Amino acid sequence: MAMEVTQILLNAQAVDAALRNQAEENLKQFQEQNLPSFLFSLAGELANDDKPAESRKLAGLILKNALDAKEQHRKIELVQRWLSLDVTLKAQIKAFLLKTLSSPSLDARSTASQVIAKVAGIELPHKQWPELIGSLLSNVHQLPAPTRQATLETLGYICEEVSPDVVEQDHVNKILTAVVQGMNSTEENNDVRLAAIRALYNALGFAQVNFSNDMERDYIMRIVCEATLSPEPKIRRAAFECLVAISSTYYEKLAPYIQDIFNITAKAVREDEEPVALQAIEFWSSICDEEIDILEEYGGDFSGDSEVPCFYFIKQALSFLVPMLLETLLKQEEDQDQDEGAWNIAMAGGTCLGLVARTVGDDIVPLVMPFIEENITKPDWRQREAATYAFGSILEGPSPDKLVPLVNMALNFMLTALMKDPNNHVKDTTAWTLGRMFEFLHGSALDTPIITPANCQQIITVLLQSMKDVPNVAEKACGALYFLAQGYEDAGSASSPLTPFFQEIVHALLTVTHRDDAVESRLRTAAYEALNEVVRCSNDETSPMVVQLLPLIMMELHQTLESQKVSSDERQNELQGLLCGCLQVIIQKLGSSEPTKYHFMQYADQIMGLFLRVFASRSATAHEEAMLAIGALAYATGADFAKYMTEFYKYLDMGLQNFEDYQVCAITVGVVGDVCRALEEKVLPYCDGIMTQLLKDLSSNQLHRSVKPPIFSCFGDIALAIGENFEKYLLYAMPMLQSAAELSAHTAGADDDMTEYTNSLRNGILEAYSGIFQGFKGSPKTQLLMPYAPHVLQFLDSLYMEKDMDDVVTKTAIGVLGDLADTLGSSAGPLIQQSVSSKEFLKDCLSSDDHLIKESAEWAKLAISRAISF
Amino acid sequence: MAPHDVRRPFKRPAISDQERRRQHSLLRQAQNRRDAQHHARCLASTVLSLPTLAPEPESSPSENPEPWQENLDVLGASKLKAAEARKWFAKQLMHPEWMIDIPNNLSQDWFVFSRPSGKRCFVVSCNGTTISRLRNGSILHRFPSALPAGARKKDSGPSQTYSILDCIFHEGDQTYYVIDMVCWRDYSLSDCTAEFRFFWLNSKLAETGACDLPSRYHKYRFSLVPVYSCDSNGLYAAYSAPVPYVKDGLLFYNKHAHYQAGITPLALVWKDENCSQYVMDTDSKGQVPNQQQVVLELQDDGKLTTSDDPPVVFGCLDGSFIQQSGLQSGCLLRFSIGEGGIVLMDGKLEKADLHYLGKANRARASADSFSKVMFQYSVRHSPLRIDGLLESVSISVDEENKACDIEMDG
Repeated sequence: MAMEVTQILLNAQAVDAALRNQAEENLKQFQEQNLPSFLFSLAGELANDDKPAESRKLAGLILKNALDAKEQHRKIELVQRWLSLDVTLKAQIKAFLLKTLSSPSLDARSTASQVIAKVAGIELPHKQWPELIGSLLSNVHQLPAPTRQATLETLGYICEEVSPDVVEQDHVNKILTAVVQGMNSTEENNDVRLAAIRALYNALGFAQVNFSNDMERDYIMRIVCEATLSPEPKIRRAAFECLVAISSTYYEKLAPYIQDIFNITAKAVREDEEPVALQAIEFWSSICDEEIDILEEYGGDFSGDSEVPCFYFIKQALSFLVPMLLETLLKQEEDQDQDEGAWNIAMAGGTCLGLVARTVGDDIVPLVMPFIEENITKPDWRQREAATYAFGSILEGPSPDKLVPLVNMALNFMLTALMKDPNNHVKDTTAWTLGRMFEFLHGSALDTPIITPANCQQIITVLLQSMKDVPNVAEKACGALYFLAQGYEDAGSASSPLTPFFQEIVHALLTVTHRDDAVESRLRTAAYEALNEVVRCSNDETSPMVVQLLPLIMMELHQTLESQKVSSDERQNELQGLLCGCLQVIIQKLGSSEPTKYHFMQYADQIMGLFLRVFASRSATAHEEAMLAIGALAYATGADFAKYMTEFYKYLDMGLQNFEDYQVCAITVGVVGDVCRALEEKVLPYCDGIMTQLLKDLSSNQLHRSVKPPIFSCFGDIALAIGENFEKYLLYAMPMLQSAAELSAHTAGADDDMTEYTNSLRNGILEAYSGIFQGFKGSPKTQLLMPYAPHVLQFLDSLYMEKDMDDVVTKTAIGVLGDLADTLGSSAGPLIQQSVSSKEFLKDCLSSDDHLIKESAEWAKLAISRAISF
Repeated sequence: MAPHDVRRPFKRPAISDQERRRQHSLLRQAQNRRDAQHHARCLASTVLSLPTLAPEPESSPSENPEPWQENLDVLGASKLKAAEARKWFAKQLMHPEWMIDIPNNLSQDWFVFSRPSGKRCFVVSCNGTTISRLRNGSILHRFPSALPAGARKKDSGPSQTYSILDCIFHEGDQTYYVIDMVCWRDYSLSDCTAEFRFFWLNSKLAETGACDLPSRYHKYRFSLVPVYSCDSNGLYAAYSAPVPYVKDGLLFYNKHAHYQAGITPLALVWKDENCSQYVMDTDSKGQVPNQQQVVLELQDDGKLTTSDDPPVVFGCLDGSFIQQSGLQSGCLLRFSIGEGGIVLMDGKLEKADLHYLGKANRARASADSFSKVMFQYSVRHSPLRIDGLLESVSISVDEENKACDIEMDG
């Protein structure tokens, strides 16, 4: 049955293109004509120690690719295909794979490990290959070192591949035992030890039970901590990686070990090689993440019923932790600010310091201030930069009471440093720190403003000046301006201190966008973002200047479209995206009040023309931004948007078919909603096309699942716009809604992500029902909806009984009950009265604390009382 | 199982502006969807209720009502020009019949309350103002109030919502006494039972601060009237308990009745000298005339009718008299009732001794109703007294008790 494939596999890697293509063609044909034989031959090739390493490796890779793919739909196909193969054949292939683990060839062993994990990923959830773990672990410590390493790697890959609930606890115990033994310092072979530690990293998610057992947990923790002291840096680093993973997975079990861990991390941060030190810092950043989450969730109010208590590890370690982190700040790399990919110990330490500040608040300030005062005026730029960075880091977390006096003292110094410091790195950090001051300590919510009429002009002058500096500094200055403007965003139409400088600011930002080096350090993006924010916070006084800005930005977009004919490159597309984003913000701003809307409407035709031309480019980002902007335009223009529909429709259709860039698809679905509300019944001629595409999207398993809830909501938008004309789609839309409703009724056993998704799905389904019922309201055809009413009520019943709706779903659900009663009237009365939980559900909602739920419930009560009293 | 890289965002804001734009759009779309949904719910409930109410017959038949006028909602109506708005609102108030006999089950199915003396009006709060309109549709006051969307204030909620109250403006203490709620925050209550409307009125009005003393954004105070279940205690309390306003009779509302524009037998008014200054109609000089006077509407065929639906014919003018006096169909005419009085046969009008006096006061919006004529007639001849009412409600209680006793013995 096996075919001779060696030569073809070698040819497929040949330098000669013709030879290579021929070989690839042969492989493809072989696979299509006789898949079982093809897979069997590949597995045989991989297992055969007499074959060349190259052909074995490629055989393994092709085998692996025959079992898994990135795209979800393709993956499902491959899984189905494997499961349907003959059992005997599969057993032979698996035997080949296991045998390969003992091969003298490292490549062959490693490839086999990965293929075994892929097979396990398919078979274990189906209760197949139950003997796998047992056969891997039998005699594991008597095996030669290379095979032990391969076995441990295989276990690691398996743990990465399958979910913990398909592996029996008995097997988990065996895996952990083998892994921890492999990690032990008595294991002399470093490769084995490394493989074991990496396997543990993947197996941690399986070890819930073992981590609840004091003895077992102590043992695992001891072995991991010992491994951080290994002479081999790779082992130390992998051991710290395990600690990082443990810190987030088993935070609540860490108390007994935290002192030891602090000691070993401190030693690593101060003395070890950078890759190891980075992981040691990451351990504390990760603890901060955990504690910030816990404190945010419970608001510091631990009444004993919180699931995970806060152990305040950071607070306890604070006086040791902060000095350790401050030391790292002095280890900057020369040009780290020019290098987008840079990540070093100073950056990691500074980031961790910021997280610590968010975790403990005020307590960090006295520990950091002496360092700042000591270093900020030193001749060595490293010291000045470290001091400035430390200051910037602690601006989020501590209370304004604590920080505002410090900021008031520092502000002038910072402005001067930004102008005069000879070092770019210091200026970069200074501008960033100014941005942080404005982000966290400036705005209408704060009692004492740090920006006053007295210093406002100076601040703006310095920032605008700094925008002429080197790109990385100018970028941070734009960012600072962004937050400066943001602080005035909710000042309303009241005159803002920015008003006198508005024109100057806009001019400076536009100048930045035209700099030759604007593409460096994301400078151009930062300038447009700042411009957007300045537009958002414009007021009645400055809106005439926004009106003037509009044709300028349109002209810029026009120019990119013209030059695109000559050359099309990624930068150009990125610029188009930025310009569309800017236009979107301008449209929203000007469209929000009648007088400015009038000015803006003169340009509507031209703007729309430009947006349509953007769709000619191939960039998903540009499409996305243009689509968002068109949605804003449709909202602003209302029914007049109809005139653009003939031309726009094809791009709408294209967007709805864009499975690959699902963000574009999702945004297009949202824009369909905008268009429906703008056009109302005038959208009818386009609905056949739109509905067809939406229904296709829903049935596709290629489309990212996050797009499906908005599609259901969109059904509601369409139905509300076209009313009883939705009749012809009922036959297709209702069964889709019903089956999705059944799927989404229960969340049992799902994780948080899944529960969140399910709730968004439910909300979409319910919004669809709402729109359909309200759309048919008052029509002679309302009775067409009667057959669907029992199912809708059942869905509401099951949601109510499941007790895991979030507030948004609850509000929409009780609204649907009202809509059903409102539209169907007396004919639905008996159904509602018979339904299991309508009454209870309504009662609960009427007494809800949530204003929106209560409001919907009151509406539902009225509608029901009417339906029943007819 | 490659090493796991940790890189955290460095010197970057947590959320990019692009992500912010995306979130802004999603929020805007969700908000617009809610608005559209909300609008559909409100529109639907108002279109279904108010405009489909039977128009009162006094709407002048000479003018063809515009077809669109029939399908207006209140929001639409608020945009009408003054004259049209008047006409529309004039048709929307619910008017009680006069109590000429005692309904069955008065004690169980009815509410009773003492009616404040004053100007009956609709109060509509919407778009940051409050407007009160008299029963002929003309505007009484335009003012800021604490009702929902009743003043241009930031915190008074969405400005498009509208609420409609049925009120009596009491001059003495410059207070609007709310006697019914027709619409609240866009939800039409006209299809709800009186029981529910009163419950809603009681629970919602005070929340808004509308019952507070006047202030800058709240020019007139609103007040609830005490409503009782019509058992003997309730009836007695409504009749005699002190209230801060001048009483003008008692109003009886059937608990199960919806708010229905025009005259309805499910709301009744009754009065005697003790609870009203105006038991007997007065003439333009404020004097009680010797003979009862009635206002009737002249029809095409010369018939003289009440404002009821269907109208009750009280008599007929002959064509030559109409021509001589320069009268036109639709005119409201004043008559006195002579010695011959009003003769009923099996509860139906047999004949009335009418004497023509002249055209009615121009301020009159409509003819008298049959029940009003009959109530005034009975006041002059054999009035229905409070004792009789009290007796009727206590009897029914006794009957209940009796029935109960029998069952228990049996």
